Amino acid sequence: MPYSELLVKPMRDELTSAGVEELRSAADVDAFMADKSGTAMLVVNSVCGCAAGMARPGVRLALQNDRRPERAVTVFAGQDMEATARARSYMSEIPPSSPSIAFFKDGELVYFLPRHRIEGRDARAVASDLVAVFNEHCPAPVTA
Amino acid sequence: MGTFHQGKSELHGITVVVDTDGPEVFVGRCDDEDDRGIFLHDVDVHCDGDGGRSKEDYVKRAAQLGVWKKYDHLLVPKDRVVSIRRLGEV
Repeated sequence: MPYSELLVKPMRDELTSAGVEELRSAADVDAFMADKSGTAMLVVNSVCGCAAGMARPGVRLALQNDRRPERAVTVFAGQDMEATARARSYMSEIPPSSPSIAFFKDGELVYFLPRHRIEGRDARAVASDLVAVFNEHCPAPVTA
Repeated sequence: MGTFHQGKSELHGITVVVDTDGPEVFVGRCDDEDDRGIFLHDVDVHCDGDGGRSKEDYVKRAAQLGVWKKYDHLLVPKDRVVSIRRLGEV
């Protein structure tokens, strides 16, 4: 059963305020996945503080990196069930995990950070993993 | 911010590998530990040799991407437990 939106809203806001777009429906997810160009990060958000409490600030920190994905989106496991199920259908070979973070390049899944690689770590450690992926796959920002 | 859980085992919320004195090894999210054993959520179990894989082969594979759960909840009796470790540290 989903948690109260009152409880969950700050957890949504923690990502959206960093520029991560929420996908609330299966159609939103399909539209996101249909665009296979460039780099994209999909964060599977979650209520439990044991891991998600570190995943969200880790994502926020990582997105301050010079190289970052062209698109960053999130679905909320346990809350937006339809959107989460559809997102997982695009990663059907990977066991469901929340929170988790998937990274796509030209529509191909090139990196996945499952929950058990987030648990017990701090936000900086999570961000460090993500920044390594960003630096490997994302183009350098264009400077004037 | 997130929800946190007071009064639980220090492994609460952590995905763990529970090895037993038998052929089974369990991977699941620890809820708590007490005199009865270890309570797990979203649990997979592997029997040594199934699919041609040893317990350790299975654990190494699980450490890469996770496991497909076979049980929503499960208690591993304390007298069967040989070791418990974090999957993220494998």
